[in-house]
Amino acid sequence: MFGYILKRVLATIPVMVIVAIFVFLLLRLTPGDPAAILAGDAATPAQLERIRDRLGLNDPLHVQFVTWAGQILRGDLGTSLISNTSVSGMIADRLGPTLNLAVMTIVISVLLAVPMGVIAAWRHRTWVDFLVMSFSVLGFSVPVFVIGYILIQIFAIELRWVPVQGYKPPADGIGPFLARAILPALTLATIYVALIARMTRASMLEVLGEDYIRTARAKGVRENVVLFRHALRNAAVPILTIIGTGFALLISGVVVTESVFNIPGIGRLTVDAILARDYPVIQAMILLTAGIYVVVNLAVDISYSLFDPRIRY
Amino acid sequence: MAKASPSRQSAFHVLTGLFSLPAGARLGIGPTIAAAILLGIVAASVCAPLYVPYDPLAMDSLSRLRPPSDAHLLGTDQYGRDIFSRVMTGGRVSLLIGVGAALVSVGLGLAIGLVAGFFRAADGLIMRIMDSLMAIPAILLAIALVALNGPSLGSVIIAITIPEVPRVVRLVRSVVLTAREEPYVEAAIALGSSMPKILIQHLMPNTLAPLIVQGTYICASAILIEAILSFLGAGVSTEIPTWGNIMAEGRSYFQIKPGMIFWPGLLLSLCILAINLLGDTARDLLDPRLKKREG
Repeated sequence: MFGYILKRVLATIPVMVIVAIFVFLLLRLTPGDPAAILAGDAATPAQLERIRDRLGLNDPLHVQFVTWAGQILRGDLGTSLISNTSVSGMIADRLGPTLNLAVMTIVISVLLAVPMGVIAAWRHRTWVDFLVMSFSVLGFSVPVFVIGYILIQIFAIELRWVPVQGYKPPADGIGPFLARAILPALTLATIYVALIARMTRASMLEVLGEDYIRTARAKGVRENVVLFRHALRNAAVPILTIIGTGFALLISGVVVTESVFNIPGIGRLTVDAILARDYPVIQAMILLTAGIYVVVNLAVDISYSLFDPRIRY
Repeated sequence: MAKASPSRQSAFHVLTGLFSLPAGARLGIGPTIAAAILLGIVAASVCAPLYVPYDPLAMDSLSRLRPPSDAHLLGTDQYGRDIFSRVMTGGRVSLLIGVGAALVSVGLGLAIGLVAGFFRAADGLIMRIMDSLMAIPAILLAIALVALNGPSLGSVIIAITIPEVPRVVRLVRSVVLTAREEPYVEAAIALGSSMPKILIQHLMPNTLAPLIVQGTYICASAILIEAILSFLGAGVSTEIPTWGNIMAEGRSYFQIKPGMIFWPGLLLSLCILAINLLGDTARDLLDPRLKKREG
């Protein structure tokens, strides 16, 4: 077990190294003068020189890489070209709203999607199944921001149950926080629910045909115990996998949702940085999100044995 | 089906064979409706210049943000442009981006995947690079690429393509890894066939069926990502209307003119829904084993 975890942890290193090389080359290999791209059309020669100097663009490529990699390894993500403050500080300031939103979304998604998928598989080929599958296909087809605006239109503008946009931290009271966070979380949850419900249903359908399910039913085990204890546990691995790989989708969704609902999280930070071509922030965000993705999927892989004791490393 | 001896058939035969229904099987009503909707949207978008009442770019400062009327079916936007004309014309570019991104990613993914699957020496490095690319969220990578390369149509297609390529590569590689153990491939190697010939004539046909399915999904997701890129301000420049940038421009006027988001959003969602449903149908037809799994 320990050996397996160590092996998996080590296997993430080449992935992160390649991501880092990619991020490094992304700017440098873009056709044209990187400094001119970042500074925009109206840049003065002095501004260009300042950017070149800041990013070390005057050195040969390999020297640039060594300095850059050294900084990253020491945890120095550089300073913003726009605000001149440290990038790690900017990210730390914005992390709270995003984390709250992401946690809420995952909780809502799993609580909704897993039962939906289980029931759809249990009542296979009935209208319940059809309803769940329709929702799942729909969730993939409507852009996140359109869902957001529909929810705003219904719940904030027509019904006036919640504010249209904005964010309040939970420290200001749980009521105001939830009122502003519920629509973004639901918006973000739509695609995740669609994804997880679909996978849960497929995985459950496979398990429900097994002999031990028939045996459990034959010996009179209650149906909900059969479904949630016997079947779901055995169906858990693909579901966990999709929660992990779907995490990239969640990060992308955060970027959009925060823009729709005007939430000052790292998604907004990223969009603003990209529009302002604030490259140190862009590269930090790519490294950070890729890192989170890798860690989440590592955790998912390792957690398999908790849900399915047959898997031993 | 065509799987029996793919290396003996021309690509055309493989293609037609793929979509012939098994005896007695019938297409359900769902795929038929989906195909009808998709055809309708494609035809309406492609022919848009023939019937739209206004130039989608013509501004009219005297009739800004008008409600729907006889003159303007869906009203006008903040520059007095006819929303109906813009939405219908915008569909052309959105669909072009979808198809373009699907073709480019399938082409690139196929080439890289064949190499990774066949040449063991290259496999490790290629797959590590693909794993790394998959770790970067698609939207983030795409907006970064557009921001650096400029908002042209080609740059948007490339930005959407790059995050999709690893998925295609994985798929092609897995098919090739299974197929290369088949006796006919071993025979071809033993007979001294050239490497390109083995790859193209014997291995590539096996990848066709899954690639068609994957291609439809990529097409749908590309249309979606274009909309998101535009929405975030990193899409095709606004001189070319697309469903995405019409919705993006509608953001600030959402409360007075929700139609600027809802109408393109509706067409786009219907279109993606139809493509995804057809993709599912194609998958079920091409691989009955998967159908059993999914129910």
